[in-house]
Amino acid sequence: MMGGMGVVLRRELASYFVTPVAYVFIVIYLIMSAAFTFYLGGFYEREIADLEPFFSFHPWLYLFLVPAIGMRLWAEERKSGTVELLLTLPITPTQAVLGKFLAAWLFIGLALFLTFPIWITVNILGDPDNGVILAAYLGSWLMAGGFLAISSCLSALTRNQVVAFIISVVVCFLFLLSGLPMVLDVFRGWLSQPLVDAIANLSFLVHFSSISRGVIDLRDLVYFALVIGFWLMANRIVLELKKAD
Amino acid sequence: MLELKSLTRRFGTLLAVDNLSFQVEPGTVLGFLGPNGAGKSTTMKMLTGFLAPTAGTATVFGHDIRNDGLAARKKMGYLPEGAPLYGELSVARFLRFVAEARGFRGDETRRRVGDAVERLDLSEVLGQSIETLSKGFKRRVGLAQAILHDPPVLVLDEPTDGLDPNQKHEVRRLIREMAPRKITVVSTHILEEVDALCSRAMIIARGRLLADDTPAGLLAQSRYHNAVTLVMDDLEQAASKLGELPESREVEVRRGRLTVFPASKGNLFEAVMRVVQHEDWQVDQMQLEPGRLDEVFRKVTGQEAA
Repeated sequence: MMGGMGVVLRRELASYFVTPVAYVFIVIYLIMSAAFTFYLGGFYEREIADLEPFFSFHPWLYLFLVPAIGMRLWAEERKSGTVELLLTLPITPTQAVLGKFLAAWLFIGLALFLTFPIWITVNILGDPDNGVILAAYLGSWLMAGGFLAISSCLSALTRNQVVAFIISVVVCFLFLLSGLPMVLDVFRGWLSQPLVDAIANLSFLVHFSSISRGVIDLRDLVYFALVIGFWLMANRIVLELKKAD
Repeated sequence: MLELKSLTRRFGTLLAVDNLSFQVEPGTVLGFLGPNGAGKSTTMKMLTGFLAPTAGTATVFGHDIRNDGLAARKKMGYLPEGAPLYGELSVARFLRFVAEARGFRGDETRRRVGDAVERLDLSEVLGQSIETLSKGFKRRVGLAQAILHDPPVLVLDEPTDGLDPNQKHEVRRLIREMAPRKITVVSTHILEEVDALCSRAMIIARGRLLADDTPAGLLAQSRYHNAVTLVMDDLEQAASKLGELPESREVEVRRGRLTVFPASKGNLFEAVMRVVQHEDWQVDQMQLEPGRLDEVFRKVTGQEAA
């Protein structure tokens, strides 16, 4: 089981780094997260030694950058026909789905890790709570995993990466927004409170914000694990249905 | 042994493969012939586990493709149509991936990749990314990944498609070299390939098996089989003379060539020779026809259409 997945994972990562994908993604990610933090987040002006302005923009950053990584996962394989090569090797579709997902997730993790200078900066400037920061990093990575699982599944729907990207952004956007008052107010008029709460609970923002405040609640971890698990299972089914189209 | 048992695949209302059953023994190069859309690729995709059959199944040395698919896939090497490859990877990295996916580790990986590279003469392009290679080299990489684990069954979907005549010749030579002791299933719509490559040929159209024979057996079904074709000056006179032979059934003059078709008895070629000598004709060319595959192909697949 692990063997096949690891082989797929390593091949995927090799592909990232022999093409400009990896470098472009990492550079853009670092520039954008810095720009958000310093200009929009008012990192210095706040005069508080924490990374809240850094993390609070992550959901919006991921909204576009994660589908950009996820869109190629299966659409590209289907377009070039390599999906036929991959799935006729003695590798199960589950191993292939997991291997590809984990490769992309680790890769995003690497990009996230490379933001460490900002963590060093905040430690030089003040005395932040590093436990909170660590929790926020974990939450950010988990949230990226949620976005990625959605994008991976939707990329199996089509051979066209642009279509995969757009659909993924829209679905990720809905998952993000479902916790905001502007969405919940619409439902509040005609749904009972428990249902409104359920919709709010689907939101990435709600679960991410508690982790990013340093509160690691088992429910939030389970939430992201379930989101990832659900979409990867859907990915496996979509792949089975669409691979030969 | 490879055995298909009522293998069937539907796409919606389209019956792509219709109840296909046959067995293939090791040492056979089986040619799948058929028009585009005949179901050749679909059959191969089912055999190799990419597509699930709608009904029926197949076994590969006892491993059922439906409930023992992983073991069946281990016994097979597959070159999908168009030889898709991960273009961004180098040849070496790509072959290493396939070797690892086939379950080889460490030194064994290196040895397997080294063997395949040597057999397909890829050492000069080992470090190049696949997308920069010529079509011929890409196809060789495709074959290399298929034979890497020395599988007893090779499934090659149009292995020579899109190659120039030299590359085609080269790929056929490679397939012939790999063929002994293996079961090789090759699909093609190039008829000459069957004669050049296969020990057994099947004609498939609309998902159904219409003919299953040796290439020579298929040729024998041609009305040109054992016919005699002449190129000479006075075709009309020769035609009437040769038409009277008891060994000839029919005479046809077409594009400056005269063809005499054999009746069921006697040796037509010798009879024609005797006439030519007796009449002292000036003959530019004289040829005994082995039969024409394209004609058999049209006859067999055309019957189906009618």
